[in-house]
Amino acid sequence: MVFYLSAFLLGLCLSAMGLGIFITMKIFRIPDITTDGSYTLGAAVTAVLLTQGWPIWSVIPVTLLAGAAAGVLTGLVHTRFKIDALLSGILVMTGLYSINLSVLGRSNIPLLNVETIFKALSIFDKQIYNEVWVGALFLAILSGLLAYLLRTDFGIAMRATGNSESMTRAMGINNDQMKIIGLAIANALTALSGFLVAQYQSFTDINMGIGIVLVGLGSVLIGDALISWLKIRKIWWQLLFVMLGCILFQMVLAVALSIGVHPNMLKLITALFVLAIVGIPRLVRKETS
Amino acid sequence: MIQLNHISRVFNPDQINEVLALKEVDLEIKRGEFVCLIGSNGSGKTTLLNVISGAVPPSEGSVFLHGEDATKLPEHKRSRWIARVFQNPLGGTAPDLSVLDNFRLAALRTSKKTLKIGINGAFKEKVRARIAELGLGLEDKVQQPMGTLSGGQRQALTLLMSTMDHTDILLLDEPTAALDPRSAEIVLQTAQRIIKAYDLTTVFITHNLQDALNYGNRLIQMKNGEVERDLDTEAKAQLQLQEMYEWFA
Repeated sequence: MVFYLSAFLLGLCLSAMGLGIFITMKIFRIPDITTDGSYTLGAAVTAVLLTQGWPIWSVIPVTLLAGAAAGVLTGLVHTRFKIDALLSGILVMTGLYSINLSVLGRSNIPLLNVETIFKALSIFDKQIYNEVWVGALFLAILSGLLAYLLRTDFGIAMRATGNSESMTRAMGINNDQMKIIGLAIANALTALSGFLVAQYQSFTDINMGIGIVLVGLGSVLIGDALISWLKIRKIWWQLLFVMLGCILFQMVLAVALSIGVHPNMLKLITALFVLAIVGIPRLVRKETS
Repeated sequence: MIQLNHISRVFNPDQINEVLALKEVDLEIKRGEFVCLIGSNGSGKTTLLNVISGAVPPSEGSVFLHGEDATKLPEHKRSRWIARVFQNPLGGTAPDLSVLDNFRLAALRTSKKTLKIGINGAFKEKVRARIAELGLGLEDKVQQPMGTLSGGQRQALTLLMSTMDHTDILLLDEPTAALDPRSAEIVLQTAQRIIKAYDLTTVFITHNLQDALNYGNRLIQMKNGEVERDLDTEAKAQLQLQEMYEWFA
């Protein structure tokens, strides 16, 4: 039970990234893979600041800013140099590896004896319940803020930018600027996942971000499949289903582990699982058409 | 309202496929004029429209809008004066967003999109009332995604959207080319009503000579990147359809 609750909590922690990928992939239709770098960046900043004794609440804005900066960089490379979004992301992600290493100072920082956000609540006897509640509360606030943002006039302009660029230009919207802001928000959210996961697993490792974009992508695709299957139009419900996708994804990996799959195989399982999510609906569609 | 001075535009300069789309075009369009712009494919109509809107910068020459030098202003900044309707009904609206969201953006065309929720009861009512004036029965569909409506309905709504915020200039780039004849008529009549009601300066590109004859108070024919004919209200009123066909023979 604790094992699955722990997977549930990890799903919650990764939901921030899922929301970020939802913004780039589904709202802006930009394939952004800065994620691997900005996720580790968030975790690195968190580890360094927490071990230096910064209070948790003050670490959050720094993490957000670090992630946003990574996103702005990708956005600038993409819009100013007119470089393909995918390549822009790879460039920034690769560069971030060195940045992350110099932020950390070494390849791994443990967070065993520091105050983490998950120790903030002590209502239940069993610590994992407290932790799940902290995670749920955090994501509730985060997704609430994001839902509000997407419903504002600015949010409508954001959603329209990914939908019809000729329309938004005619409506006085600077598409390039909008994309940069979108990438900044998405990577700030991703960094926030790094912030949460570092505290969840009690360490930050330079390699923790490798392949994380695939986890996020798969999670968003699960969420998106549910959204289109249930024909959900309301934006806050869509965000909820994206988070549900993140949790389901971790649950599937947890099941795989519990039936005896070797942990070394986890990345392969992840890749095959995402392939299944993307591939099976297409095969089914082909047969019916 | 619109003043073009010695506008030239070259595509692919110094290459084998170099095209001189506009050749030193001088054109002045006064407030309230409704210009029908005709010409064969490749005559430079759309390039001319794009130079006015800012989508295509001129190679040479200057563009003045509302007496202000707009030559260097990008398209999204010129939207302060200009509203556009595209040939492709998908171009002027965001298909996945609701009709209401689309109208909200249109209402903010010339102002900042801020972090407040602008769609409230009063705004919904305003949009519903405006759409009801079209008489197409679309006022109950404001919550639907724009993409679920037909091309004609979307074009009519795009036109209406241009009146949600202050507009001086309306650019219509073959707005009815993708529509069936009945929808086309509805769209053009809507356009005419809006142009009159809001005293808009309009440039209307069309390949339909009958429409060019029926609508507008000035007619310009483009040929090989130059203004071939320019008929004022009086000359246009005396024009016969047969005569126009001969221009293209």
